[in-house]
Amino acid sequence: MAVDVAVADAARPVRARRRFAIRPLLKPKIVLGGAIVLTLIVAGALAPWLAPFDPNAQNLDLALKPPQWLLGPHVLGTDAVGRDIFSRLFYGARVSLVIAVMVVLISGVIGVTLGAISGYFAGIVDFLIQKLVEVVWAFPPLLLAIAIMAFLGQGLRNLILALVMQRWISYCRVARGQALSLRTREFVDAARALGASNTRIIVRHIVPNLFQSAVVIGTFAMASAIISEAALSFLGLGVPPEIPTWGSMLADGRTYISTSWWLALFPGLCIFFTVLGINLLGDGLRDLLDPRLKRSGTGMG
Amino acid sequence: MAGYLLRRVIGTIPVILLITSLVFLLIHAAPGDPADLLLSDQATSQDIAEARHRWGLDQPFYVQYSRFIVNVLKGDFGTSFRYSDPVITVIGERLPATIELAIVSLLIAIALGLPLGVWAGAKPNSWADNLGSFFGFFGISMPNFWFGIMLILVVAGYLNWLPSSGRSTYGIARGSETGFYIVASLLAGNFLAAWDGVRHIILPAVALGTNMMGIIMRVTRSAVLEVMHEDFVRTARAKGVAESTVLWRHVLRNALVPVITVAGLELGTLLSGSIIVETVFAWPGSGSLLISAIESRDYPLITGTVIIYTLAFVAINFMIDILYGFVDPRIRFGK
Repeated sequence: MAVDVAVADAARPVRARRRFAIRPLLKPKIVLGGAIVLTLIVAGALAPWLAPFDPNAQNLDLALKPPQWLLGPHVLGTDAVGRDIFSRLFYGARVSLVIAVMVVLISGVIGVTLGAISGYFAGIVDFLIQKLVEVVWAFPPLLLAIAIMAFLGQGLRNLILALVMQRWISYCRVARGQALSLRTREFVDAARALGASNTRIIVRHIVPNLFQSAVVIGTFAMASAIISEAALSFLGLGVPPEIPTWGSMLADGRTYISTSWWLALFPGLCIFFTVLGINLLGDGLRDLLDPRLKRSGTGMG
Repeated sequence: MAGYLLRRVIGTIPVILLITSLVFLLIHAAPGDPADLLLSDQATSQDIAEARHRWGLDQPFYVQYSRFIVNVLKGDFGTSFRYSDPVITVIGERLPATIELAIVSLLIAIALGLPLGVWAGAKPNSWADNLGSFFGFFGISMPNFWFGIMLILVVAGYLNWLPSSGRSTYGIARGSETGFYIVASLLAGNFLAAWDGVRHIILPAVALGTNMMGIIMRVTRSAVLEVMHEDFVRTARAKGVAESTVLWRHVLRNALVPVITVAGLELGTLLSGSIIVETVFAWPGSGSLLISAIESRDYPLITGTVIIYTLAFVAINFMIDILYGFVDPRIRFGK
């Protein structure tokens, strides 16, 4: 929205100053999004203490009990084998968060490094890295992840690999573009004149300048990683079934959709609000840090 | 123009080769021998040895690799275990259902996203903008598989307005429900079947299109915001052109280029989304085919579907590039 305000300002210089003062008010996006993300982190981190039941404790006598709200122990009801939905949601938050954070960090490191190298050296290195980007980019986003899981099998490591495969490229493309223009700047020339090696220039002078964009891309990548993880778990291609995740809870819920609505409603709400929160946060951060990315980060993919 | 087209076509060839190579590597990275994977569970060790020979798995890696590439280029993905038909035939039967669903989803996304984006962009910070932005965030944050389940729960289950799964009610289709069902029924004069097809496609198309709707809304909004302050808009207003004509004729036409680009790029998301939405709604397309192939470990079918989906995506991107070149001639010569 900063861009929009800036455009409006350019056209109506008289109101420019007043418009600019509204800018801090745009922070509600960041505050609301941040609050949701923080809740997620707390819920995930403190799951063993906050969850009233063991997420895997089965009790067939209590199978498919509807939500008891505040009137009983099973606040949001139980699933087909009597496991407490409310407790499983806490542990699901933990799994989603850990996977998403790892995916974002790993793909960020790979993408920014390759992008910086690609843009800094240009020439044949750039050509090869960009061909690789082009090939991965050619796969429809979730399809590559589905194919990887289908061939390599379920499991946390494969899941993270599958999600990283598609996500490092958005960092790489943006980092490359910025590195291409940074390499001709005076401070890079100065560093080179002082005898700095290429590695040193990339690590100390190029990469720090790519950080802001990487943060913005990272937030959107996190939202899409959470959706993709849930989608893969929903399809039975995620982590092993004994680990509670929102996606696999949803898959269970689909089976009992005609009789037990609560199985599908609550995990889905969790995914939706988490992704909404992260997208709000990302949008707010982008407006503040890097308005140039306005078009590229659609929050999906 | 011919030179530009030729350059673009030649440019996609290495990408297609590399995509196929990546899939080949993936099959070989799978735990276990490909012969174990590619044969059904009932195969004896003799069958496996024979298959290894027949598929050239006892050959050196580069021979296997070139053979795989040649077969793919010939459109030969082997035979599906489950259907005992050539993979390409099995996928071909299911593809129209996916294309039909994708097109209807895209239409819904454009029909809702474009006007919302234009209204929001024309009056920033108004109630229209807030409403539009709400739909935008809703669209990009909503996991389509959950939205699908909720639509089934409320619209199909609780309200009982629309059917929850499949492409047609049993019996109405009079035989085959493959192909472009709605259009084919209309052409055959079977209006009952066409109406039935429309009723079946609404829920999955809404679930699949919501994402795209959000994206289109957001891109249109920012594109309109930028164009609104161009000189030609002021000129049009100064000439006394009605505000709605300015908005829908002058502004929207110029804002369309980024919208087309992003919509094209996001078609890949729509394609992958169809895999999961088809599964939710038991839609008999190639996406649900892929998932059932994975469940039954039908590896030739998985390989074929993955490659065909990807080639379709490459083809779509190619066409978007061409379209883009037509809309904005600068693209052709620039770079």
